[in-house]
Amino acid sequence: MNKRQKFFAYPYGLWMTLFILLPILLVFLYSITSKDTNQIKTLRFTLDNYRKFFDPLYINVIIRSINLALISTFFCLVIGYPVAYIISTTNLKKRNTVLLLFILPMWMNMLLRTYAWMTILGNNGLINSFLNMLGLPSFRLLYNNTAIVIGMVYNFLPFMVLPIYTVLSKMDMKLVEASHDLGADHKTTFLRVIFPLSLPGVISGIIMVFMPAVSSFVIPRLLGGNRSLYIGTLIENLFLVTGDWHFGSSVAIIMMLIILASMSILNRFDVDKEGGAGLW
Amino acid sequence: MKKLAIVLSIILIFTFLGTGCSNSNQDRVTINVLNYGEYIETDLLDEFEETYNIRVNYEIYPTPEDMYTRVNSGATEYDLIITSDYMIERLINQDFVLPLDFDNIPNYQFIDDDFRTLPYDPEGKYTVPYFWGTLGILYNTEVVEGTPDSWDLLWDEQYSGEILMMDSQRDSLGAALKKLGYSLNTTDESQLEEAKQLLIQQKPLVLAYVVDEVRDMMIGDEASIALLWSGEAVAAMGDNEKLNYYVPKEGSNIWVDAMFIPKTAKHKSEAEQFINFLTSKESTLANIDYVWYSTVHTEALEEVESFLFDNPGFNPSDETLDRTEMFRDLGDFLQTYYRIWTEVLAH
Amino acid sequence: MVKDRIKKLYMSLVFVFLYAPIAVLVIYSFNDSTSRGTWGGFTLRWYAELLSDRDIKTALYYTVVVALLAASISTIVGTFTAIGLYSFNKMPKAIMLNLNYLPVVNPDVVTGLALMILYLSANMRLGFLSMLLSHITFDIPYVILAVLPKLKSMNKHITEAALDLGATPMYALRKIVIPEIMPGIITGFLIAFTLSIDDFVISFFTTGSGVTNLSIVIYSMARRGVKPTINALSTLMLGAVLILLFLINKRSSLIDEQKNNGGFI
Repeated sequence: MNKRQKFFAYPYGLWMTLFILLPILLVFLYSITSKDTNQIKTLRFTLDNYRKFFDPLYINVIIRSINLALISTFFCLVIGYPVAYIISTTNLKKRNTVLLLFILPMWMNMLLRTYAWMTILGNNGLINSFLNMLGLPSFRLLYNNTAIVIGMVYNFLPFMVLPIYTVLSKMDMKLVEASHDLGADHKTTFLRVIFPLSLPGVISGIIMVFMPAVSSFVIPRLLGGNRSLYIGTLIENLFLVTGDWHFGSSVAIIMMLIILASMSILNRFDVDKEGGAGLW
Repeated sequence: MKKLAIVLSIILIFTFLGTGCSNSNQDRVTINVLNYGEYIETDLLDEFEETYNIRVNYEIYPTPEDMYTRVNSGATEYDLIITSDYMIERLINQDFVLPLDFDNIPNYQFIDDDFRTLPYDPEGKYTVPYFWGTLGILYNTEVVEGTPDSWDLLWDEQYSGEILMMDSQRDSLGAALKKLGYSLNTTDESQLEEAKQLLIQQKPLVLAYVVDEVRDMMIGDEASIALLWSGEAVAAMGDNEKLNYYVPKEGSNIWVDAMFIPKTAKHKSEAEQFINFLTSKESTLANIDYVWYSTVHTEALEEVESFLFDNPGFNPSDETLDRTEMFRDLGDFLQTYYRIWTEVLAH
Repeated sequence: MVKDRIKKLYMSLVFVFLYAPIAVLVIYSFNDSTSRGTWGGFTLRWYAELLSDRDIKTALYYTVVVALLAASISTIVGTFTAIGLYSFNKMPKAIMLNLNYLPVVNPDVVTGLALMILYLSANMRLGFLSMLLSHITFDIPYVILAVLPKLKSMNKHITEAALDLGATPMYALRKIVIPEIMPGIITGFLIAFTLSIDDFVISFFTTGSGVTNLSIVIYSMARRGVKPTINALSTLMLGAVLILLFLINKRSSLIDEQKNNGGFI
């Protein structure tokens, strides 16, 4: 490759500095300055915005969000792994169709699909109407954590399935055959050979689900009835309603740190360092 | 190379389309209008554009606080804004509002006298009222026993999980304050703390904190009791006969939404033409037909359909109105309201 | 075989789960009633109203224009950047890549509000340009993500051979590299386009002046009861996507056939 072609990357380097690095620095700046003044000359530096956050009230918000994200990630994994496995063992002719059908819902607007769940889960929604027809009582399926988890699993399932599928489909089947030849039954083969080999994909999937789940604000707001604050809704509230950008920025920085921390923890398991490239 | 050329030309075409849309209208004036969601009959926008050859860029927002943040950041310029009383008061106090040239708004003569000089615009020189209403409770007569008349219904444990509150701080805090017998405009922090505790107590009973979704939910029997504005209530009652609305006896809020022109407006007289257009009897009636809120227009009120006219939600009695209070701008103290409300939600 | 049956059953359940909301959307687009709770009879009137709905037409227009523009620009910039990055030394490359992945890793909320703060600090009006710039910012990383692996797995020797045979670097680039990585470029474009079409949070924070997109309009409507016209629109969009996928599938199976028959396309 030509050394001169290195220059191709320079314009984007500039772009990144301006549109990726600078904004985050500005957010950080907001988080460490006080509300009293917005003039550059009279900035007051303070850690108050961070101190405010360590109130049990807001710590609860984080714990709640992480909890919910973990539950959603768990269900995505439990439901999604078999899907990835089944697709990867489908014969090639059908496989593309199945994959396409699986990805197709993602092409419909996310808000609309979430909103459609309200029709399904509502008190007079499809599920409850059906139960009522059978003479069974209604369940409160909407405006609670159940609805939020359903919404998250629904929206993020493909993000769990695709990385796992990618790794499974590239897996060397000879290893599985070898394991069978050596006398292992299906269960042992799965636990000792297939699953460990698919781990990079699982890690990718977990990251791809946990991140948006923890910071989500549309799903808790629409499906959760806004009964509790989550990090995402708190930030949106602070920025667009209360107008307290300083405190909002500190919450945003804290959220970023949480996500970066969880990613580095998870990446310890991913020796290959495939990262996001393992997705496609 | 050929593919690259094709791609580039497509991009160029779209760039022209995207920014060029405004180019093709260079000869037409465009006014930027900001309003609440679902608060206008959109056919009126088309009608105005055709009649006056002025383009309307129409944008919406969910709550006055959202609007304030957007507008205050200076990032967007509007020629006309429609919002609520206390928010207008705040903006007038911040010198953000231009006095209107009423020569351009002859239809102002139809505005009811009662609505011309309200606390937020005592000299009536900055605003033209749009719709008004009360804050009260909408309930399902088949689920709720008896004839409730108090704020207590929203805290009634018998109906746990059937209650809807609003994700709008002043309204929800206002309900709690009124239940405690305090003013909706209190600056006494201890009273606010009491209200906060009351709302936190209420939380387990509340199904959801929503704003616009309430109407649909009440129509669909998703919930049985809701804190709601009169206009929404009237609209819901139109679609579901089992519903009824009342303004609690402890007193409540009366609100007025009005139109004003911010100082960042680029086309003041065109904005005034739009105000005049909206204030005509025909426009008002068309608007009422879609929005279902109470009107300030004297002539329109007389021609409104009788089921609306007779509806106490649409047309409250003087006795009801006597026990209502209007929201006032609380200046910097609003921050305390915000903090209290965030703490209620975060629990 | 029982195992096969279980597999099929499981997948069917998953697909029911995936398509339930979509089915709801489609069915309600024919519902002759605005309320979500009741079925008022079959009607096509929402499709007709779609043609005259101002909000939706504006939103659709901006959504498509921004998505196409952003995806195109991102693809071009991203591809060239990836090619450039390929020749980087390890350290600068790692820095560039890590910085590049920030919008991918960062929650939408943070990216969105960070950009909003940037624009406001620069005293820029929020509108079409700000939304477009934001879209490009979060699209390019995905393009690079899609193209870079293709570059890595490319056979360097062919390029070297071409250079040895007298080709200029630009010629080698045009005729060898780009066709090799074309699948990655196309994937990158599609991902960028999909992300932009569907984006809500970042657009929500960085647009204004009447510029809106479908997701924002839906969000505002969702609070008041989504007009069935939106259901009609999404049914049409679903139809468009299905037709598109069908055509792509047909084309690739035709290509496969012709490859098998040893012919040219």
